[in-house]
Amino acid sequence: MGKNTRTILICSGKGGVGKTTLTANLGIALANSGASTAVLDADFGLRNLDLLLGLENRIIYTAQDVLDKNCRLDQALVRHKKEPNLALLPAGDPRMLDWMKPEDMKKISEMLSEKFDYVLVDCPAGVEDGFKNALAACKEAIVVTNPELSAVRDADRVIGILNTSEVEPIQLVINRVRPNMMASQEMLSIDDVQGILSLPLLGIVLEDEQVIISTNRGEPLTLTDGRSPAKKCYLNVSQRLTGKDVPIIDPKKEGKSLKDKFMRLMQTKVF
Amino acid sequence: MTLRDLINKLLGRETASANTARERLQLVLAHDRVDMSSLTTDLLDKMRKEILDVVAKYVEIDFEEVAVSLETEDRMTALVANLPIKRTITGDIKFKKNDKEDKIQKDIKK
Repeated sequence: MGKNTRTILICSGKGGVGKTTLTANLGIALANSGASTAVLDADFGLRNLDLLLGLENRIIYTAQDVLDKNCRLDQALVRHKKEPNLALLPAGDPRMLDWMKPEDMKKISEMLSEKFDYVLVDCPAGVEDGFKNALAACKEAIVVTNPELSAVRDADRVIGILNTSEVEPIQLVINRVRPNMMASQEMLSIDDVQGILSLPLLGIVLEDEQVIISTNRGEPLTLTDGRSPAKKCYLNVSQRLTGKDVPIIDPKKEGKSLKDKFMRLMQTKVF
Repeated sequence: MTLRDLINKLLGRETASANTARERLQLVLAHDRVDMSSLTTDLLDKMRKEILDVVAKYVEIDFEEVAVSLETEDRMTALVANLPIKRTITGDIKFKKNDKEDKIQKDIKK
């Protein structure tokens, strides 16, 4: 491989913590910054990345066809109309899980590496074969979790497996952060989660209704013009991923009402 | 303890749930992480015996002083074996008792 392509696994263990949403938004943000970016849906059982990107009607071939040599790679890649720097390689049908091997995924990722600067692999939930296949395709990893018991526990399992692999660096994104609940100490804090998982923190994403709305429309937030808390966070994560020295968004500074300020006062350590 | 905790305590109210969450999580993870290196008891004993058998083929070990254990730091688990050698099997005493220690360290990344 001539190019220094970064192949990044986006995983979480638990389902529903926001892997696919992060993949879609990060993909758009990276592409928007000028890097040619591919997003690979490695969730063959329950694929959704096409939906989040609004590309579900444009899929003709899938990763499976590429492996079977039914088509060339560029025939299977779906270019995003509004962000031509971004292409999706759709997942094949669930039956692929029966025969798919880590080497197959590796092959796909090597093919993508020849054409793109960034390859983001949206990993399936769980720690079984689907996860291990996706892992084989990547050189680094982002673990997504929520400030919530079950998500952190599952993330810990995944990190245990990642630590035995060659993947490096492994970075953490804490998703669905609610500053108010953290301020009133009814939610695990960023420090709690990061301390327990002991991974470098790549960023946080605030809980935001706009995420649901953007999913409904099939337009990731980073593609839209509006301002929203989650969009700001996704852009921040993207910048930090590309090595820009910007600080992580601090949820403590996000709430601006008097109540939020009072809650912050209550967090002061007395002894 | 934070200001909030202090007020809660003074008023006899329940503490905020994040504390409970943190404590429960730390407990369950401590369990999970040990579970993953399920070498702890039976298997470790078996492995210790086999290691000793192999080493004993070549050197005479001071069985009283043998220590084989798993040590975990951060996320790394290491097998640490401390096997004091009395003499080589060919007869000559090469080392004085407990003078030299044969240390085998194998990393089992878990």
